[in-house]
Amino acid sequence: MKQFSPGWTLIKLYTFLVYLFLFAPIVVVCVLAFNPKQFGIFPMEGFSLRWFVRLMHNDAIIEAFQNSLILGSLTALISTGVGILAALAFIRFEFPGKNTLNTLLLSPIMIPEVVLGVALLLFLRWLQLPKSFALLLIGHVVLTLPYVLLIVQARLVGIKKEYEEAAKSLGANAFQTFREVTFPLLLPAILAGALFAFTISFDDITATLFWATARNQTVPVKIFSMLRNSISPEINALGAVMIVLTVATPLLAGYLSRRFSKLKT
Amino acid sequence: MQTDGWKPWALLAPALSAVFFLLVVPVCFIVVYSFWLRAPSGADIPAFQIGNYAKFFVDLFYPKILFRTIRIAFETVLLCVVMGYIPAYFFYRSTSRFRKVFLLLVMLPFWVSFIIRTMSWINIMGDSGLINHFLLRIGLIEAPFSMLYNEFSVLMGLIMYLLPFMVLNIYVSLEGIDKSLLEAARSMGCTEWQAFREVTLPLSLPGVSAGCLLVFVLTAGTYLPPMILGGPGNEMIANLIFKRIINTLDWPYGSAISVILLSLLFAIVWTYNRYLGINQIFKSFQGNSS
Repeated sequence: MKQFSPGWTLIKLYTFLVYLFLFAPIVVVCVLAFNPKQFGIFPMEGFSLRWFVRLMHNDAIIEAFQNSLILGSLTALISTGVGILAALAFIRFEFPGKNTLNTLLLSPIMIPEVVLGVALLLFLRWLQLPKSFALLLIGHVVLTLPYVLLIVQARLVGIKKEYEEAAKSLGANAFQTFREVTFPLLLPAILAGALFAFTISFDDITATLFWATARNQTVPVKIFSMLRNSISPEINALGAVMIVLTVATPLLAGYLSRRFSKLKT
Repeated sequence: MQTDGWKPWALLAPALSAVFFLLVVPVCFIVVYSFWLRAPSGADIPAFQIGNYAKFFVDLFYPKILFRTIRIAFETVLLCVVMGYIPAYFFYRSTSRFRKVFLLLVMLPFWVSFIIRTMSWINIMGDSGLINHFLLRIGLIEAPFSMLYNEFSVLMGLIMYLLPFMVLNIYVSLEGIDKSLLEAARSMGCTEWQAFREVTLPLSLPGVSAGCLLVFVLTAGTYLPPMILGGPGNEMIANLIFKRIINTLDWPYGSAISVILLSLLFAIVWTYNRYLGINQIFKSFQGNSS
């Protein structure tokens, strides 16, 4: 009955409006990417792929894409590796100062990225090292580590310790137990964590703007510098490519993992 | 549980050293640097003086920006609660088979780059943007009216960025409420609205307050929406830091402003943790994954 009450209808309507608010700007970016005219925004004057073609011939943007992809993949790899080890320590062992250390490792979520950006840059300056790709990489690992840790920990709590103990009692050593028992059970969380780390790194702008150089630009940094002039269909086209990439990847991964888990059982 | 000595430490070593050397030590450096002097030549001179802090508070120019940051953060928090509670409640109560899809959709903006979400408002609110185009078309206005580069457009950008965090936090705490409590209230004669007011709302408050803290902290530390959607009068404290560090390369002063921002946020998070506990915030990210 509640589904048909006027109150519920209002709630539905309100939710719809909030959705409209959240999605209209994103949809409009994708639509305007096909706008053939050079200046102004609306009205659309037809449908054209010229801005996408131009993007493909823009070496600086292609390079930024390569940088972003490599950076995101390496960040995901390192962050997930480090995160799994830390999660194992927190969930499977007892040691003094556990809660404090857990909070410390999660703290980058609550520290403004601006401060992180400045801090790491300052440290580098004190060490008299130039900005480099390595700075972006270690910076992004710090940014993404807490999320990976949270995701892997949540899953690890749900994996019964008895499975691991059974493997050990059958003669497996610690590494074999991890490889044969814990890792396969943990895999969904590992993939989710890696994907999350990749997207955060791929999309990050606030801290990255402090760390990037002219030679090590990522796509968001490129968009930022293009925005200095004004918004253009070219920026919208680049935005549309980014949206499709970062939205489609997790959706596809989620779909595939569901598909595979169905096949197995 | 085992209590064997070295094993957990070996597992923790990479994560702890990463956070120690790349976060704890650098943040300490900010504090040290904030007491240094900047020579007219642009070089930084090691010193211990409070000139950088004095500069911040010497007249009202900088404190005004600090207060504006706090005000805008409060406005964002308020708007996010108002806009976020009802959708979260909708996901909680909905029995539609598309419920999961709705929830996924609200998370979708998380996956779109912050810079794109921010700049997308120019397409909507610009002089030849969607709203002006529409109003001109239907003849309500004669010339486009400018909506951008004021506090309102900055708030739009901030909400676009932070609303999903709020919805998620509220939803996670709603989802944790035992639905039989609601049935009990209803069976004892409560109306739908009374049951909501007496049972659901109070039990969802931890999620609301966790969402508020997260939104406040993230707003206070952001510079992108004011930079792209705001005018000169809408700068926030993170914009000051960005300018000092990137544009004028005034490291000591930039560090001092960072310390001021960090202390403000630390005071807020500490007080919150003292009275309400901070773990609720981390819960929402875990719910996000599964």
